[in-house]
Amino acid sequence: MKRLLLFFVLISTPTLAEMSGHVAIDSRFFLQGPLYQGQEMNNAPSLVLEPEFYTQDGPDTWTLRLFGRLDPYDPNRTHIDVRQADWLTAGEGWEFSMGVSKVFWGVTESRHLVDIINQTDAIEDTDGEDKLGQPMIQLGFFRDWGNIRLFYLPYFRERTFTQTEGRLRGPSLVNTDKAVYESRHERWHPDIALRYNHYIGNWDFGLSHFHGTSRDPRLIRSGNTLTPYYDLIDQTGLDLQYTNEGWLWKLEAITVDQNDTRFEALSGGLEYTFYNIDNADTDVGLIVEYHRDTRDDKAPATLFDRDMFVGTRITLNDVDSTEFLGGIMWDRNNDSLLYSIEASKRIGNNWKIELETRLFSNTNKNDNAYILRGDDHMTLRLSRFF
Amino acid sequence: MMKKLTLIALISLFAFSAQAKTAEQVLASANTPESRGLAIAVEADKRDQGFGDSTVNVEMMLHNAHGQTAKREMRTKTLEVTDANLGDKSMIVFDNPRDVKGTAFLTFSKILEPDDQWLYLPSLKRVKRISSKNKSGPFMGSEFAYEDISSQEVGKYSYKYLRTEACGALQCFVVQRTPQYEHSGYTKQISWIDTAEFRVQKVEFYDRKEELLKTLEQKDYKQYLNKYWRAGLFKMVNHQNGKSTDLFFKNYQFKTGLRTSDFTKQNLKRVK
Repeated sequence: MKRLLLFFVLISTPTLAEMSGHVAIDSRFFLQGPLYQGQEMNNAPSLVLEPEFYTQDGPDTWTLRLFGRLDPYDPNRTHIDVRQADWLTAGEGWEFSMGVSKVFWGVTESRHLVDIINQTDAIEDTDGEDKLGQPMIQLGFFRDWGNIRLFYLPYFRERTFTQTEGRLRGPSLVNTDKAVYESRHERWHPDIALRYNHYIGNWDFGLSHFHGTSRDPRLIRSGNTLTPYYDLIDQTGLDLQYTNEGWLWKLEAITVDQNDTRFEALSGGLEYTFYNIDNADTDVGLIVEYHRDTRDDKAPATLFDRDMFVGTRITLNDVDSTEFLGGIMWDRNNDSLLYSIEASKRIGNNWKIELETRLFSNTNKNDNAYILRGDDHMTLRLSRFF
Repeated sequence: MMKKLTLIALISLFAFSAQAKTAEQVLASANTPESRGLAIAVEADKRDQGFGDSTVNVEMMLHNAHGQTAKREMRTKTLEVTDANLGDKSMIVFDNPRDVKGTAFLTFSKILEPDDQWLYLPSLKRVKRISSKNKSGPFMGSEFAYEDISSQEVGKYSYKYLRTEACGALQCFVVQRTPQYEHSGYTKQISWIDTAEFRVQKVEFYDRKEELLKTLEQKDYKQYLNKYWRAGLFKMVNHQNGKSTDLFFKNYQFKTGLRTSDFTKQNLKRVK
């Protein structure tokens, strides 16, 4: 606690702490009108601020990273979050951190199966890559034979869901005030996780186990609304990457014990990069990933039961770091398609412009993305970094 | 494989001979242009052995043909790896431009194979193993390719001594280097190495069509710990697109106590 106090004293002294981050104007446009009662068009800009304060003293570092979005038309999207507020210290072969942090595990691009520590900030985006800060105590040991990390997660963050006025939701609202937990400790259930990772030659691999509250709730219908139900789960995960010449071969697999049932899920594929296309500096990568999931109705619904992602990553390697990532997620059961495009470019030294597009196409009535069929959208983001 | 073994044997032969040699001794120690070229490279490498580790701040100025400039700032840590079959380990952390602040590269360089390389993306807190096959690609949009700034190891080239000639106020060996890496962007490099201290003064790079692509000048040499010479400025001019990049090296520190355990995947996340 004293350390934390010291941290805030330090960050309030601008000469000792380093500040960085960005402020952005996010303009999201929907291509169709809303499908559900209460929703508004919501074609409006919103403001994002994400500052980070950082200070270091010998082996100790303190980081505070805040996130805030102000959406003048959609009150649900207006929210703030502490993405990170932690103290980290390290010595020869070990590391310890305490506070609110973010951890990423995994290797694949189009689905993040193994990654489980942080809750998804689902009102930010539908790709699952925006995460809420997670309170934790973390201890790591680094040896010649690999790294071990232990996590103690004393408090659970509930998933955010789009409310009445917002787009990118189904016809029924999720009642986030009435979340139900399997554990009698509810959000104070002490979750634990363990991860081992290492690399040998061209192979990078990780094994992980998580015991605690599922980040992914089951949505249980009660009248007109859906109640999030958070099971206690055991999830064991494997992530593996083989890197050779221009090839990246990737695999993620999990087995989950949830709600008296067990299911497995797998994401695997490759990324191959063609370099110096046309003797220019452009790199073109081809990404193919396959997703399989054996879960049934006893587990939270997924979009990726039997899906294939085909995409391309184009990197111009220019001064402005121009990048493009586009792809199609194809449901092999019902032929529903989800198109996704992300492009970005720096302007000058401190500005960046990004375009994101997601289009739901040919969405089958039986697909879990069917409820989003009217929510094709584009986001144009202009950010100033400092 | 045989060729590689012979080369390593030759390198070891030269490397384990005792004291620093003078320019005359180096030339006298070998009698073909190839063995003289190699002897010069080995002597230059030997004079730099034992630096242990170093850290330096790098400022990169990119100039395009229209006179516009862009600035990049980064910090580099290097750990000397003495095994002749392996290159050094390095870590590069970006401070500027601000959108890539905290982005870091960890490289375990190899001689004739792609390096082992990991990239840390701070916004996602994600460490990615990346393909480093393409050493000829531009580094951060600059005129430097990854292979131009990666650790210079004797085994990366075959050599041919061409002549000795004046280079500014100094005398230089002119040595042709042929990259041995299969996917190098160059067919050959002509290097000027001064006879006084065996420092690279200038390099001309010839592209896959054997046309002159770039010229690198290494300037403002300073000696550290009474032994190790480092240039304060790398000036790279691309003759084909009219662009140029200057790398300024500031605040060199040697023997800072870095260890193998500082150059690991998990350390990428906390270098800042």
